Amino acid sequence: MQLQYGQVLQYLPDFLLGALTALWIAGLAFAGGLAIGLLGAAVLSFGPRGLRIPIIAYVRFFTYTPQLVQIFFLFFALPEAGITLSPVAAVLIGMTLNAGAYLTEIERAGFASVPRAELDAAETLGFGRVQTVWYVIAPHVVRALYPALSSHYIIMTLGTSMAAIFGVEELTGRALNANAISFRSVEIFSLVAVIYVGLTIVASALLWLAGRWLFRVKAKVF
Amino acid sequence: MSALDIILAEAPRFYTWWNLRFLLEALGNTLLASVAGCAIGYALGFVMATLRLPQLVPLGLIRAAAILWVELFRRIPFLVLLLLVFFLSQFAKLEAPLWVVAVTAVALRMSALAAENIRAGFETVRRTQWEAALTMNIGAFATLRRIILPQSWRVILPPSIVHVLSMVKETSLVSQIGFIEITFAAKMLTQRGFSALLTYGTALILYFCVSWVLASLGRLAERRLTTRPPAALPAA
Repeated sequence: MQLQYGQVLQYLPDFLLGALTALWIAGLAFAGGLAIGLLGAAVLSFGPRGLRIPIIAYVRFFTYTPQLVQIFFLFFALPEAGITLSPVAAVLIGMTLNAGAYLTEIERAGFASVPRAELDAAETLGFGRVQTVWYVIAPHVVRALYPALSSHYIIMTLGTSMAAIFGVEELTGRALNANAISFRSVEIFSLVAVIYVGLTIVASALLWLAGRWLFRVKAKVF
Repeated sequence: MSALDIILAEAPRFYTWWNLRFLLEALGNTLLASVAGCAIGYALGFVMATLRLPQLVPLGLIRAAAILWVELFRRIPFLVLLLLVFFLSQFAKLEAPLWVVAVTAVALRMSALAAENIRAGFETVRRTQWEAALTMNIGAFATLRRIILPQSWRVILPPSIVHVLSMVKETSLVSQIGFIEITFAAKMLTQRGFSALLTYGTALILYFCVSWVLASLGRLAERRLTTRPPAALPAA
């Protein structure tokens, strides 16, 4: 047997569309996770003790168990309790809850990066609440969080490959389909691996440039 | 029937000696794949991190190759890497058993993460120490072994325990090639007719316990190794 990439290259446009699907699945789950994370981090940083414990339990549970098994649970076990989810819905909900747990931890570190003295200074200068958040807290939080959040988005883009297991046709899912037709397994999966590497290198570079221009963040992204 | 009713009704039938032993064996396989994979991966990662040291490797091409290796294996999703190793072993007619495929995939992925961690550890030692060693005519290898490593292993060890944790979670994907680790065992038990609430629920609990132990170990190592003991108070 020999490697024959000629037969596999015809799938390239299809695979690139799949890569776009991977990017938007990761984007949606990331946006949801960002919102959950913001809430969770706010509660952990400023909330009452009674509310902090369930948030910590949530973060622990999702960061200590595999995302795949969480989605298996959503997809196979919840129907027994009367909740049936489509594959895409199960993957999106699973990834969002997972992202929410990680982003809670990341965003909490961002809140901790605001120097106490600057808040006092803002108060002395007569800043209102909105002004304080916009001019004092937001710049610190964004600069502290930007690299970690961008890296997490890229990690999540790589993580979307497990959606293929539930039959979602993103990049890996399309590769499995193409593999079932052509049996050129090594060629297909090496091509897909190259696409993932290229995709995330481009995404890293773009996020790094955006960070430089928008927030003057110099730190490396993934 | 509510979820709780199902669990209560099926639990006595599910938690039998046979099923528990099956799950524990699967847990052993999960640990085997992740610990063995991480050990080999760390050895490989150490080589990659060393090959990136300009003090040790004057040839830029080799350093670039080490960087390429790291960038490649951290940017390929684990599932794709696993399938690639699986199909490559078939293609080369190696007839490798599944656990070898699993350990190889974990080791390759780990080598990239380990190389980054070890490089960060090396960088915590100031470059002037390399220069000082050079002036004292200590060879590059001896400098690495006797001067850099004794100072940087404290920084390298705690994240490496967390890496084992993340690999324990990643190995759930190995269920896709049929290696009987926790996730595959849960899948088999579900197909045997047990409630998915119980099978996957138990799998989640097992993963949680393993991760909890590893995370605690990681925190302990970090407390012990990276913080200096407080200086003794001067006598009053």
